[in-house]
Amino acid sequence: MTVVDLGTIRRLVSVTVDDVEHRVPEGATIMDVLDDAGADTPRLCQAPNLTPVNACRVCVVEVEGSRPLVPSCARRVEDGMVVRTDTERVAHSRKMVLELLASANDLSEAGDDVARWQIEYGADPERYGPPGPPAAAGERGNRHAGHHSLPDGETRATVAQPVTVDNDLYVRDYARCILCYKCVEACGTDAQNTFAIAVAGRGFDATISTEFAVPLPDSACVYCGNCIGVCPTGALKSVAEHERREAGTWDPEGETVTSTICSFCGVGCTLELHVQDNTIVNVTSPHDHSVTHGHLCIKGRFGFQHVQNR
Amino acid sequence: MDLVLLPDAATDAERAAVDGVVGTVSEPRRDLLLPAFHAVMDGVGWISRGALSYVCERLHVPPAEAYGVATFYALFSVTPRAPRVAHVCDDVGCAAFGGEDLCAAMEERLGAPGERDDVTWTRSPCLGLCERAPAVFLQRASASPPSEREGNPDATRALESSPHDDEPGGDHAQIAPATADAVVHALDGEDVPGPDPVVSTPQAGAPDLELLSRVGVVDPADLDSYRAAGGYAGLRRALAVGSARVVDEITVASLTGRGGAAFPTGTKWAAVAGSPEPEKYLVCNADESEPGTFKDRVLMEADPFALVEAMTVAGIAVGARTGYLYVRGEYPAAERAIERAVAEARRHGYLGDDVMGSGRVFDIEVRRGAGAYICGEETALMNSLEGRRGEPRAKPPFPTVAGLFGRPTVINNVETLVNVLRIVAEGGPAFASVGSGRSTGTKLFCLSGVVSRPGVYEVPMGTTLRELLELAGGVPADLRAILLGGAAGSFVTPDQLDVPLTLEGTREIGATLGSGVVLCFDSSTDFAAVLRRIAGFFRDESCGQCVPCRVGTVRQEEALARIVRGREIGGRTVELQLLRDVDRVMTDASICGLGQTAASAVRSALALGLIGEETS
Repeated sequence: MTVVDLGTIRRLVSVTVDDVEHRVPEGATIMDVLDDAGADTPRLCQAPNLTPVNACRVCVVEVEGSRPLVPSCARRVEDGMVVRTDTERVAHSRKMVLELLASANDLSEAGDDVARWQIEYGADPERYGPPGPPAAAGERGNRHAGHHSLPDGETRATVAQPVTVDNDLYVRDYARCILCYKCVEACGTDAQNTFAIAVAGRGFDATISTEFAVPLPDSACVYCGNCIGVCPTGALKSVAEHERREAGTWDPEGETVTSTICSFCGVGCTLELHVQDNTIVNVTSPHDHSVTHGHLCIKGRFGFQHVQNR
Repeated sequence: MDLVLLPDAATDAERAAVDGVVGTVSEPRRDLLLPAFHAVMDGVGWISRGALSYVCERLHVPPAEAYGVATFYALFSVTPRAPRVAHVCDDVGCAAFGGEDLCAAMEERLGAPGERDDVTWTRSPCLGLCERAPAVFLQRASASPPSEREGNPDATRALESSPHDDEPGGDHAQIAPATADAVVHALDGEDVPGPDPVVSTPQAGAPDLELLSRVGVVDPADLDSYRAAGGYAGLRRALAVGSARVVDEITVASLTGRGGAAFPTGTKWAAVAGSPEPEKYLVCNADESEPGTFKDRVLMEADPFALVEAMTVAGIAVGARTGYLYVRGEYPAAERAIERAVAEARRHGYLGDDVMGSGRVFDIEVRRGAGAYICGEETALMNSLEGRRGEPRAKPPFPTVAGLFGRPTVINNVETLVNVLRIVAEGGPAFASVGSGRSTGTKLFCLSGVVSRPGVYEVPMGTTLRELLELAGGVPADLRAILLGGAAGSFVTPDQLDVPLTLEGTREIGATLGSGVVLCFDSSTDFAAVLRRIAGFFRDESCGQCVPCRVGTVRQEEALARIVRGREIGGRTVELQLLRDVDRVMTDASICGLGQTAASAVRSALALGLIGEETS
């Protein structure tokens, strides 16, 4: 007999978005409503398979009765809620978040959506002056909370720094890191429960770090790669991808994706093999998959070399 | 979860420090993370890999997370440094009033910050001693400096003359006003005299005081002295009339929070008192760090039993059995006074399993902050109490629904709580008859800068700014501007002195009461330096969680630097537009009040033409 999961029975509540009324199940987020309505709501730290941290603030909307804007990814709808997304305030904040991030980070691998939002909202990171010099390896992680050197404003501070390569499976390119917390969540209670990395330091000098910034092989890391799976900006990526990008042979247009089932154990995770030039370059799993929720283990994500021993 | 720890072993001294806090506890106790780090800092002077691993092992905390916590707080160091450090205030209340001169003198005596490995100094944000500028906070670990430890890694050497023999794990002290001589001697272990509350409260002993009525009158270390001055009459009455009545009186009194946000206290209390959850908490926010603010420090140093009694009234009224008092890490005298008062109150049955024979249970735990302005934000403070980074939480849910440890929690500021005693004694209507509108009762103000008699002053809500200045020796000659409400407040000018000091009155002129800061500047002030310090403050103190504040505070400081140096990109108008754009996103889209007010003072200073032309 097939068991059909009907889910929890939920009351419908009424929400008005830009003058249009929506009837949605209680417990939905404002972003759920916007997505169902087909709106193009920008997002960076939000992921369907992670707990919202509402840190990036790019998805903000106006909610009647709230002075500050509200992150649509995390705020749950209430009956009678009146939401506006079409205001100048909303557009300004979204533009500024994208602009401030672009002024401090390398967003060139953050994907087509981010590139489109940058243009649509009119982000202009260059108006903060030329970028300052990159930090030496490890320097950003050694700054003491509450102390920074007085800037002269001639250049804009960035998080630029060399790529960290300390293991065979993945690299950490923190010049791209926007501190969305996704990797920390995936390493922690949202998926892996390994807690190898956390946010360290404070303010603009905060970094994603192991304890005392030790190399990953000395940390609790189990190389599940779930941090790579959720990273939105290319700050975390496989060594295979990193090397191809460095060599100029990375070819996302020519990439094909093949679905299969992982053969390593009895769980049966769905794998998506990303293939370029007849070589597997990455392995992912769909975030809406009922078993994996997009997360894998080291074998599923990296254990594919035997397939291509030719 | 299996802990993977670094192979480095803790020294005996590090183990002893941690064990002193953790004791025989064996279950995971993440909330002891800050106390354990404090113990290591106090005993050894820095947190080594071995020490961190041992803390993690004892408390069952993943080391990466513990490291994230240790590196969040300015008073912790995860790199070796001198065991004795002088934190010299160079913030707006001190810099022009001896602070910068003191920094120069310290540099001359001890070299650059961090240069020496036995004693050193560092610059510090506001230390809450503004009425006695320039201010210094001393961290004195009991360990000997690294150079004296060679070949004997566990060597510890007690300070030659530790003024607090009951605290073998090092001691801390404040010096204000400080001289380079006094600081250097104190770094060498010389005794530092405790605070004199009368100096900080020029009104002490005046007849019409409420909040300050016992300051300078009672002995802060003596429970009998407090009782003789009417102490514990409030708790007696509260127990007699019952919790529901107490909550009603607070609501009727229209008491609003005195930490800066001015939220109605009764609303918080009623929500938590009415919650069906079995476990609830009371938290006292004594993490006073708004630049220019020192009122809560004075209350705690001079009248600690009042706060202990008020917390007991509040805790029992809302149904909490435990109250946490989170005191600023840079307030060692206040912490000692409170610790002593809590112990005394407990010993005499005013705290514990049977408060004043009523059968009600309530006790207080004192926790020390570790150098983070953001922890004055209520949800950041709760995270800090839980042993996490002091990052504000998303609201809703509000603390009254899911606060400390996820339980319904009332969190109130020190001054707010001390007001409770008067409300319980006189009733809500009497309290509400003072002041007007939402602004009832009396209010403490922190006067500093170019005033004749700086200090904490208590006046009825509605007193004008001019009347307040008269109390402190008159409107200062050549007054140019007043920073009202703190770094998160705004500047007002001499033509606005007749503003009534109420929530409504200040709002009408686009200002705020904030935490009661009245920091006066005359026309010789270098406002460019003041603004850069304020911008630098927010850049340092942003927790880094949300983009508008994390990057916005950096861009604000950079743009100000260009403006004051005459190096504008595209001209002044373009730079002012850039500042306005950054201001708007921080104000509109930051998670918490820090980011939402980080541009406030800069905005008002630019509008008033304190640097360059007027722009409004």
